[in-house]
Amino acid sequence: MIPASHVLVLAAVLFSLGVAGAVLRRNVIIVLMSIEVMLNGVNITLVTIAHALGDVSGQVFVFFSLSVAAAEVAVGLALVVAIWRTLGTSDVDDVSVMHG
Amino acid sequence: MTSGVAIFYVLAAALVLSAVGLLVARNVVHAALLTVLHFLLTAVLYVLLNAAFLGAVQLAVYAGAIMVLFLFVVMLMGNREATLKENLAGQRVLGICFVAALISALVFVAYQGVPAAPDGVDAAVGTAVGAAPTGLPQGFGSAGAVADVLFREYQLPLEIVSVLLLVAVVGVVVIARGRGEESPPECFDQPSGPESAESVEWVESVESPDDRQAEDAS
Repeated sequence: MIPASHVLVLAAVLFSLGVAGAVLRRNVIIVLMSIEVMLNGVNITLVTIAHALGDVSGQVFVFFSLSVAAAEVAVGLALVVAIWRTLGTSDVDDVSVMHG
Repeated sequence: MTSGVAIFYVLAAALVLSAVGLLVARNVVHAALLTVLHFLLTAVLYVLLNAAFLGAVQLAVYAGAIMVLFLFVVMLMGNREATLKENLAGQRVLGICFVAALISALVFVAYQGVPAAPDGVDAAVGTAVGAAPTGLPQGFGSAGAVADVLFREYQLPLEIVSVLLLVAVVGVVVIARGRGEESPPECFDQPSGPESAESVEWVESVESPDDRQAEDAS
């Protein structure tokens, strides 16, 4: 048997690596992918706890999380395309029109 | 049993490596392919954790649909170099310090593990593929078990998610359609002539407040 804490630690490390990608990278597509990796880490946590508690509800939550992530990616990529058409850039630091 | 544990540690190493690769990739296509690998490995991990249905959904939705969307946008924009250069002084040092603090805090919490379940399932998870662990109901994580809970207890959230997806689809069409750069296809049922001319003007002068108001009014 795999100890649940090991899987949870793996999920925590993956989430943190996703945060690192979202904070440190400047290409907007890589930032979006890093956010997906963060969501993935949370999903692994939910599946692990569903298994450890013997309750399928955790897996249903992952199902919902997947749907919301799909919607988020679709809207996010549409925004990326719109920004690229208007400003001609894919760098998050160049999109600072609303910067005070 | 032991083969399942060995598979888990190999999977864990590969998952972390693919995430690190995404973090340092200089080429956007490489980053996308590493993310595909990450999602495939996650699907295997789900199967290992007795969530076979979720593993299949992960393959279809993430590794299939979402990554195709990503690659499509990468191809649309042209594959340009994703630089690792930092713009703000100290951004990288601060970011790495923050992430290190986050990792240590999360690992500290995660290492406490989960409390023992009331019905005697212990806090160790996962077995070799196909072998149902003791204490879990038969068919745990199968499509039938998930659907049973999904359609009985989470009926309303399911409907809300369907509305959310509908709104997202409409939003994507509106956002990605652009504002009159070229005339949209006939199927979009362009409302009137002057509106599109206005849209072209809006693109050329983004800062003009009059055009904003005209845009809002239309």
